[in-house]
Amino acid sequence: MEDISILVGGKAGDGIRIAAIIVARLFSRYGYRVFVYDDYPSLIRGGHNFSLIRVSRQKVQANNVGVDLIVALDKQTIEKHASELNDGGVILFDSSKGEVETEGVGVPFKEIVKEMEGMSIMRNSAALGAIAKVAEIDWKIVEEVFYKFLPKKTDLNLKIARKAYDMASAGNLKVENLNQEMMPIISGNEAIGLGAVKAGMAVYYAYPMTPSTGILHFLAANRDRFNILVVHPENEIAVILMALGSAYSGAKTMVGTAGGGFALMVEGLSLSAQSEIPITIVVGQRAAPSTGVPTYSLQSDLHFVLNAGHGEFPRFLVAPGDAEEAYYYTGVAMNVAWSCQVPSIVLSDKNLSEGNYSFDSSMYTVEEAQPILWDGKGDYLRYKDSENGVSPLAFPGNKSATVKVTSYEHDQYGITTEESEKVAFMQQKRLQKTEAVKKEIEDIEAVKAYGKDSDTVIFTWGSTKGACVEAADALGLKVLQPIIMEPFPDLSSYIKDAGRIVTVETNATGQLARLLENNGIRVDHKVLKYNARPFFTDELIERLRKEVL
Amino acid sequence: MNKGNKELNSYAENTWCPGCGNFAILNASKKVFADKDQKNLVMVAGIGCHAKLVDYIDLNHFYSIHGRVPATATGIKLGNPELTVIGFAGDGDAYGEGLAHLMFAAKRNINITMVIHNNGVYGLTTGQFTPTSPEGFKGKSTPWGSVERPFNPLTLMLGAGATFISRSYSNRMENLEMVIDEAMKHKGFSFVEVLQPCYTFYNTYKIYNEKVYDLEEEPPKEHVIEKMTEWNYGSKGNIPIGIFYRETRPTYDESMLREMVPARRKEEIDIEDLLKENT
Ligand SMILES: Cc1ncc(C[n+]2csc(CCOP(=O)(O)OP(=O)(O)O)c2C)c(N)n1
Ligand code: SF4
Ligand SMILES: [Mg+2]
Repeated sequence: MEDISILVGGKAGDGIRIAAIIVARLFSRYGYRVFVYDDYPSLIRGGHNFSLIRVSRQKVQANNVGVDLIVALDKQTIEKHASELNDGGVILFDSSKGEVETEGVGVPFKEIVKEMEGMSIMRNSAALGAIAKVAEIDWKIVEEVFYKFLPKKTDLNLKIARKAYDMASAGNLKVENLNQEMMPIISGNEAIGLGAVKAGMAVYYAYPMTPSTGILHFLAANRDRFNILVVHPENEIAVILMALGSAYSGAKTMVGTAGGGFALMVEGLSLSAQSEIPITIVVGQRAAPSTGVPTYSLQSDLHFVLNAGHGEFPRFLVAPGDAEEAYYYTGVAMNVAWSCQVPSIVLSDKNLSEGNYSFDSSMYTVEEAQPILWDGKGDYLRYKDSENGVSPLAFPGNKSATVKVTSYEHDQYGITTEESEKVAFMQQKRLQKTEAVKKEIEDIEAVKAYGKDSDTVIFTWGSTKGACVEAADALGLKVLQPIIMEPFPDLSSYIKDAGRIVTVETNATGQLARLLENNGIRVDHKVLKYNARPFFTDELIERLRKEVL
Repeated sequence: MNKGNKELNSYAENTWCPGCGNFAILNASKKVFADKDQKNLVMVAGIGCHAKLVDYIDLNHFYSIHGRVPATATGIKLGNPELTVIGFAGDGDAYGEGLAHLMFAAKRNINITMVIHNNGVYGLTTGQFTPTSPEGFKGKSTPWGSVERPFNPLTLMLGAGATFISRSYSNRMENLEMVIDEAMKHKGFSFVEVLQPCYTFYNTYKIYNEKVYDLEEEPPKEHVIEKMTEWNYGSKGNIPIGIFYRETRPTYDESMLREMVPARRKEEIDIEDLLKENT
């Protein structure tokens, strides 16, 4: 089969997420493109966890509700998901005594682990062996993947997997050799981290918060390899203030958080604008308000990040929709922040941040942009008047420059002022940088278009584009995905022939729709989902058929 | 070339009230800075009357926001450890709005100096009680008299792990200069509290002039707490000034940076290997 959907379910602590990514890696070796979505509650043990793995010849960035294989490590997986099995699908389950009772391929995972004297979490290795057999994956591939990605107790894990492999029987999901190049599999968070490092990030500050914690872990684990500093301070207020301090010193910095942490950073965001110190902030959206549904997805912070901060000032905002875009546009955000001395924000969401993707590194190149530096002539003025509002940078330690930055309104040297003319001048100087930003991003794709020309045009953003692009393809519709949200791109050429405009996004009020309407684009219908789950492709096709076509 | 006492004055107009204790802190700082490596010196300030000091001195500064001086200063030091970073904060600023940052800066032993202008009042917002105002303090937000007890910043700093803890008084110029200078020389987190009468909203000159005395020598370890608590920011006890505590411990910047200077990082990172590892 060229397009397979798999669900692996169990309790927290069963190693579901590891198993899911290994499944993806097995198929990846045959040239499949993969997307993995982990659905897990905010707890460490117990509860119900499941991961959805989609493998396909084409690039896929969304899952289906309907699955071809259900792998059940607990009873709840059957209770909750058996109805999602496609016709001809297979259920693979732990048939050990007291575990799961159902019809399908039963393999006693637990008993195998016991017999081999493994740890209980190694049930996931038994499951992996059995999955490999159901999909008729070559045992050599299983060995290769285990050695590479399960470096601890590999032999024991393999022994367990082998036993399950031998006991299971082939289903009708045979893997095919697609003769396509193998691609790396990375998460959206890792892609964000890589984009930042490529754009010259020297310091990363963050306080842990789902769904952005993965960036912190990834960068910390690779600190020495990237030769960067990674710091976990006392709270998000410290995070942003430290980042601004380091940037003032001359170090490119990024911070990462979710909506709640960003709320704490907002005073610092405004400081970044007033002091004109570059900063890049990653905001991973999760289901809110407040603590909300912490490990689940929603796209409900678009207007928050667009409008956050007291006062009026330019900012740059991107909302990537997949791992390649996360990589590239994070680099763009870093570059714009430093070239134009404005805060830049990368708006992600749990589905993108924690989703695992086949990553095509040939799609984009990230190159570090160099900021405008002071030429050393005359007296240094940190806030010197200039044509586009961007004043050349100097950093403390320069023997010819005194570098004064401030949260107060100030004169060109950086000393507090309350004089009406100077106040108005500086306000204007900062706002002028919007044009500088526009110039900087002239050649960067701000909107992506997919599908065929159609009377009805679908607008979507962020990770929802995954399901949208597929659904639109099935229905013959055109999809537009704005990635640069501020300064908002001119869309007139994209929609001049549009009859009807429909938005698809995961929030309750239609935030992209509102942004479009604020920019003079009439929205005829909003397709919304706000139960903290992403759109699934099959589900979205149904919704579009019912509501739009 | 270093700027002397005169060149250290910026063109900013000084707007402190006549008689304000901040003048002495400004003068002492300028005196100390005259002999320092000025191009690598960065002053950081919070928001309040105290903070204007950085506008008045013609050296690098980061005039930050209320309460966040230690965090800002930490970031500057981590960005470029060759910089000497000195923060000036108010008691409302450092003990109220941003206490967590102060405690963590001490805990980490980041190599910066924090000077706290403790006037026992919010000056710039025209006279409310602060974390170190005495119980019963009648400010504009507590006209009935504050019902909270002040805390003792010196013991707080000791508990948090500060490696240099001192107190001075703006009306004891020599001691003030000595303490700021020693604090800046200390490798690690240096805490300097300056008792700074607010002439307009909380004039404490009389009490301090009477009660303040010079420690002269740093107390032996076993007497540190006793000396720190001789005065607990209330009406009882004489008020020792000077250096209370000094200790050497690896600094946060050294331990975290290990020779790295992020501000000068120029590196082409090849991600191909990492991607291969994930293939
Ligand atoms: C977040 C925030 N809250 C409140 C204020 C208003 N504010 C400015 S200065 C100040 C208090 C200043 O007191 P202190 O730090 O003791 O400084 P002083 O004026 O006494 O030197 C306050 C509350 C502010 N600037 N920022
Ligand atoms: S209000 Fe008090 S602290 Fe502020 S300048 Fe006047 S005397 Fe000094
Ligand atoms: Mg005060």
